[in-house]
Amino acid sequence: MSGRAERKAAAAARHRLLPGGRLAGPMPWIIAIMMFVTVLAAAAGLGLGAAVQSMRADLAGRASVQVVEADAQARAALAARTLQALRAAPDVRAADPVDPVVLADQLRPWLGEEAMNGDLPVPALIDVLLTPGEAGPKIDRLRRLLADLSPKLRIEPHAAFLTPLAGLLSALGWLALGAVLLMMLATAAVVVLAARGAHDSHRGTIDVLHLMGSTDVQIARLFQRRIGLDALMGGALGFVFALLVILLIGLRLAATGSDLLAAIALPMRDWLVLLALPVAGVLLATLTARWTVLRALGRSL
Amino acid sequence: MSAIVQFENVGLRYGLDSETLSDVSFSLAAGGFYFLTGASGAGKTSLLKLLYLAQRPSRGVIRLFGEDVVTLPRKRLPGFRRRIGVVFQDFRLVPHLSAYDNIALPLRVAGMKEEEVDAPVAEMLNWVGLGDRGDARPATLSGGEQQRVAIARAVIARPEILVADEPTGNVDADMARRLMTLFEALNRLGTTIVVATHDLPLMAQVSGAQMMKLDRGRLADPTGILRYPPRPQDKSG
Repeated sequence: MSGRAERKAAAAARHRLLPGGRLAGPMPWIIAIMMFVTVLAAAAGLGLGAAVQSMRADLAGRASVQVVEADAQARAALAARTLQALRAAPDVRAADPVDPVVLADQLRPWLGEEAMNGDLPVPALIDVLLTPGEAGPKIDRLRRLLADLSPKLRIEPHAAFLTPLAGLLSALGWLALGAVLLMMLATAAVVVLAARGAHDSHRGTIDVLHLMGSTDVQIARLFQRRIGLDALMGGALGFVFALLVILLIGLRLAATGSDLLAAIALPMRDWLVLLALPVAGVLLATLTARWTVLRALGRSL
Repeated sequence: MSAIVQFENVGLRYGLDSETLSDVSFSLAAGGFYFLTGASGAGKTSLLKLLYLAQRPSRGVIRLFGEDVVTLPRKRLPGFRRRIGVVFQDFRLVPHLSAYDNIALPLRVAGMKEEEVDAPVAEMLNWVGLGDRGDARPATLSGGEQQRVAIARAVIARPEILVADEPTGNVDADMARRLMTLFEALNRLGTTIVVATHDLPLMAQVSGAQMMKLDRGRLADPTGILRYPPRPQDKSG
């Protein structure tokens, strides 16, 4: 018999020691459901984490300077001087005035058509892109620069606007990752129950194997192999379904056209983390089954 | 001949009941053939359980192969159990395994390569007259056939001690004689045989065998001296 055929025959003989085929019990289906939920929760956590990071990266280096001057001519003159000063500042990579037409479009839903006819003084805005690095000290230096220039200038770091939202997204992300941990714990608990049940229902076979000189490890291997295979099939099934759902949600998010929602994306590293989940699930189930059966066997002679 | 089994003042108690075995002391020589007899409930099965390491005694000392197995660490028990073949009174065949796989179990447990398993299993199946029933599950075998599978399973790994609890209880006289002939053949090859039985004619059939009689948990001969000590010349060949 060739080595491969022999291994196959030995594996078949080992499989016969425990009755019931693959996918015979509820175990693979339970693990499939748990893996489905785990992967979705992990994707949500990672996606929200990525969104928060992207948002912080985008916003941390940006600020808006408002020129709050009621007189339109004076406002235009001050805006020009401010722009010049900002462009000369070492902390500023770029400074661009916001087009009044764009500003008018953004204000129209709240102030109406009449708001832009010149009667209502609307501040001029300058978008500032800071040089890379810690933004806080740069904002402080720019604030001093603008104060020296005119008391009618205000600078608002963009990060300040969206910090509460970023905090919420971050909290939701951590919540999702907590759910992943809880699902892993629940998977381990299910495996413990399944392994105990299998151990009890095969007690007669185990006793016979023991009396023939089987070691605890030999017997535990039978159970860990069976439960590991169940976890592999259930995990793969759950992962594939979760993947389909994630792809569908991705398409939906892209269809919204929202920059904020579009930031909820999974980079390659996160896909690898998701791919590792079923592998981790199989390892967890296998090791938990081994530990459970060895503990149960340790109580017998 | 050196002692392969030694019991010294062994007592066995299940829970809070009175002792099932009390002050049992005896010594079995390596290569001997022993019958264990006694009325039902005398403690034969309990004594055999101590012998094949399914149970630890409540007191006393048991030495197997020269080592004290009462205090033996649990992890060392499998090594000792592989040297003992057991024919259980209730056969204890694995119900979902075929006759072939049941007989092959001790070889697989011992880690024998799969290619080396087939020949001895086929030989044992033929020997117990079940050559054409290797694929049969225990539930489809008669009581006698199951017992033959159990015996084949117990002897296939050539154990140093063979323990059989009423091995001829479910077989006809012809098969009982054939089983005894097998046991004698194994005994001639050096295996120590311990058979619990009520069957006096069967005992008389084995020349040179010794007998231990249990009476309400005690050896009937308190000196531990067994009847019909084995004669070395009976063991040659």
